[in-house]
Amino acid sequence: MNVPEGLYYTEDHEWLKVENGVGTTGITDFAQEELGDIVFVELPEVGDEFQQHDNFGVIESVKAVSDLYLPVSGEITEINEKLLDQPELVNDEPYQGGWIVKIKLSDEEELDELMDTEEYQEFLEEEA
Amino acid sequence: MKYISNTPPEQKKMLQEIGVEEISDLFQAIPENIRFDRPFDIPEALSELELMELVQEKAAKNLDLSKFDSYLGAGSYVHYIPSIIDHLILRSEFYTAYTPYQAELSQGTLQAMYEYQSMICELTGMGISNASLLDGASALGEAVIMARRHTRNSRVILPKTVHPAYRNVARTYGEPHGVEFLNVPLQGSQLNLDSLAEELDDDTAALVVQYPNFYGSLEEMEKIAELLENLKKTLLIVVANPIALGLLNPPGEFGADIVVGEGQPLGNGVNYGGPNLGYMAIKDDRRMLRQLPGRLVGKTEDVEGETGYVMTMQTREQHIRREKATSNICTNQALNALMAAIYLATMGKKGIQEVANQCYQKTRYLRARLAEIEGVEVVNQDNHFNEFWLKIDRPETSLEEVEQKMCEKDILPGVNLAEMTDQKGLLVCVTEKKTRQDLDNYVRSLEVVLND
Amino acid sequence: MTEPLIKEYGSPGRKGYSLPELDVPEENPGERLPAGTVRKEAAELPEVSEVDAVRHFTSLSNMNYGVDSGIYPLGSCTMKYNPKINEDVARIPNLANIHPHQKEKYVQGSLEILYKLKQYLAEISGMDEVSLQPASGAHGEYVGLMIIRKYFEKRGEERTKVIVPDSAHGTNPASGTMAGFDVVEIESNERGMVDLDSLREAVDDDVAALMLTNPNTLGIFEKDICEIQQMIHEAGGLLYYDGANMNAVLGYARPGDMEFDVIHYNLHKTFSTPHGGGGPGSGPVAVKERLAPYLPVPVLKKNGSEYYWDYDRPDTMGKVHAFHGNYGVMLRAYAYIRTAGGEGLKEITENAVLNANYMKHKLKDTYELPFASDSLHEFVLSGSRQKKDGITTVNIAKRLLDYEQYAPTIYFPLIVKEAMMVEPTETENLRSLDRFIETMKIISREIEEEPELVENAPHNTVVRRLDEAKAARNPDLRW
Repeated sequence: MNVPEGLYYTEDHEWLKVENGVGTTGITDFAQEELGDIVFVELPEVGDEFQQHDNFGVIESVKAVSDLYLPVSGEITEINEKLLDQPELVNDEPYQGGWIVKIKLSDEEELDELMDTEEYQEFLEEEA
Repeated sequence: MKYISNTPPEQKKMLQEIGVEEISDLFQAIPENIRFDRPFDIPEALSELELMELVQEKAAKNLDLSKFDSYLGAGSYVHYIPSIIDHLILRSEFYTAYTPYQAELSQGTLQAMYEYQSMICELTGMGISNASLLDGASALGEAVIMARRHTRNSRVILPKTVHPAYRNVARTYGEPHGVEFLNVPLQGSQLNLDSLAEELDDDTAALVVQYPNFYGSLEEMEKIAELLENLKKTLLIVVANPIALGLLNPPGEFGADIVVGEGQPLGNGVNYGGPNLGYMAIKDDRRMLRQLPGRLVGKTEDVEGETGYVMTMQTREQHIRREKATSNICTNQALNALMAAIYLATMGKKGIQEVANQCYQKTRYLRARLAEIEGVEVVNQDNHFNEFWLKIDRPETSLEEVEQKMCEKDILPGVNLAEMTDQKGLLVCVTEKKTRQDLDNYVRSLEVVLND
Repeated sequence: MTEPLIKEYGSPGRKGYSLPELDVPEENPGERLPAGTVRKEAAELPEVSEVDAVRHFTSLSNMNYGVDSGIYPLGSCTMKYNPKINEDVARIPNLANIHPHQKEKYVQGSLEILYKLKQYLAEISGMDEVSLQPASGAHGEYVGLMIIRKYFEKRGEERTKVIVPDSAHGTNPASGTMAGFDVVEIESNERGMVDLDSLREAVDDDVAALMLTNPNTLGIFEKDICEIQQMIHEAGGLLYYDGANMNAVLGYARPGDMEFDVIHYNLHKTFSTPHGGGGPGSGPVAVKERLAPYLPVPVLKKNGSEYYWDYDRPDTMGKVHAFHGNYGVMLRAYAYIRTAGGEGLKEITENAVLNANYMKHKLKDTYELPFASDSLHEFVLSGSRQKKDGITTVNIAKRLLDYEQYAPTIYFPLIVKEAMMVEPTETENLRSLDRFIETMKIISREIEEEPELVENAPHNTVVRRLDEAKAARNPDLRW
């Protein structure tokens, strides 16, 4: 299971990478593996504002549906439109081409609540 | 009970394997205080011969359509049914299969459903069809709540020219979702376009138009489409008789967003109103597709690249999305849809046109001849497909008497509108099965009845 | 081996139908109908001969599998044999060839059959009044919940919640939403039954109903049903019985005696009517007296020796079908009940439960049995042991197809990982049960010895494993 260094993680199996106050988020390798072949991603619109842990979209595989939750509060600045035609990017490159939205963080302190790589790895082991 | 094949010694052997003495030991989990402790008050088992005798005896109390020359329609239609349909559906691999959960062992059902979907699209001029719903009325109910979800608006215009039972069902479906239904009154046998124009606004989720309408007339579809042109969100739901679409411009041409209806006229018998099938087709719109209720079959490939078919986009459905599903529908009317598919394939491009044309021409013939009788009015005048609204204005004879006397002449002259609406008259239906002789006989009989 | 699409058989001008010549004068429809209403281009339907159509659909049928082909152990689907005599009954012309708008006096024979069927269904469930209108199980659930909705509306009570256990059929929560309720899911306990503490927590003044399948989808009878019903009724709520699993309790227990207020049946499960590849079904709803006013309109009644439809139902929940529901299915169910007889119904349940327990006993060492509680007509195994070897339940299911047997319901109920829900029904004989058991054991050995054989199954079917992701990503839904 790939859990890259330098990212933040949530218990809902989302990852967050922060650069200059802008976060990029997606679902983890574990999550995509659990869901199976992703066939559809429902994205929010640029400019939508969310609170931390808000449901901002839906991700679907052939036989499962999962709500997407934002790791942090903020405004959506970019959505990964490629996923509309190539949802399989979430399976193939969960941490790169399979990113889902970018968000301008409104409260960086929220980052403290998220897990780091090591903590998430432990979390996964406990889950198993 | 002959459908249980294990014999008492076999049952005993099985009980021994399990490690219990008696079959009743297997029911210990059911608390004593709620056990059912008497025999059912249901008669003893019958043999096949006894059963058939009993049922025949009851059946003999019916006077079925073969005893009459019937002009009943109003949602259930007697058309020619090619003989091959019953022979083919009785292939037990179709007949006794469940929902095709294991696609690789259900390719027959799945491919037939894909063909059904394709032919419904061809007929309606729409982009996408599901694999059937329970009946025409519930399909309208589903369409209404789909429009409610899709537009997030709650006003639905449901004119009085829509079948009264369909209106009732649509209201039942819409009510829990806060749908507000608005009437549009009649103008002659059509919906009143001025009233419609007044009711339509930006917050209207959908307009429902029946085509041809309940009273047999075609609405002014081009004008209705114009009225909707400036309303970006409002969906046009058309309830269409699929046989009529052999002759009539398909709803897709008028910009329909959802087309629903009763598929029974396509190769299914009347069967006292069921089982039949609801069909639902929508325009080719990805966002709307995700809101579609019911099963969908899609084409795909197997691991070796061979073409195959699967149930698809199942995340819309109850078994995956549970309380957030687009509908609760699970069991649909697959076998009836198969009958419709065989019908459409057998009648084909020419046959569906010929059936529709014969329905129209024969209806026109009867309508014109009846209109010549004094005191008889055809409200639709010459705007109809295979049904028209007959008003009889004879002070000395009530409509009930006319019906009764026609029945005595072995004619079921039509559906008495008073049974379902606040209108007076008969709704008369003619299909391709009628002969000129039948129609002339109807005219003559009515003349006799009225002049009696 | 694939079969071409029906349209590929076509050739311009080829005909598969015959109609008499039009014998009335013909006019151009375009002259009289409203502008633009005549079709300009013909619908592109196939142009095939009758032989083409027969060959095509016969070949499709050969790519299918029904209960006449062999065992069909789909859990909660009750795929029992569909007696042929019932087909003869439903095809008696006097019964089949009647129009829904014919006056009651012409269809007394049919109404008598329907009335008797209602009486049997009331007796079997211990309820008072029945509507035959719902056309499927989910349709029945919807009607049942709408009745409950109307009942509280009439009493001036605002109750917004329907409680559903996490082991319930997916239709239960979906029907709750369709009927305008908020659905609250409660957990099962370690014995696979409703967890009374979770239930207690969920029950309050907002609860309209608890929906329960008993036995539940694990095949386990909810032993605490008396406490459950008290808890709900004391809070002023009603109890809904999902009759999908009625085959487990005929003659042993009745929902009415368990104090359920509303139930739906699945005539296509318990009462043997054929499922036709996904429908038609029929989902009659039975209620206790106090809920009878809210049944769908019309209700079949008897006055002296005459049967009639009662439309005068001011408190009705409304209507869900244009006519009277799936009448043809009801005729078959009536025939089935008469062929079985009162005592036969109990034997049906006994043998269904015996068959399931025999299978469970024989398979529980090979596959994990996550809930050891006594089960009735069905049981749930888990493929989690096999998953450790990299083989998932779907692989096992597909491998069964290679042995020309249908697979159990898989990945359901959701509370069991890698679930396989097996319901053999009473009509399978010992030989067929043993063959299934043996096959399941062979597959388990194959997983140890030749896992790729199972992983890549099926091998012998007309198509091999189909790409469902491709189908969902780029939907191809028509030609």
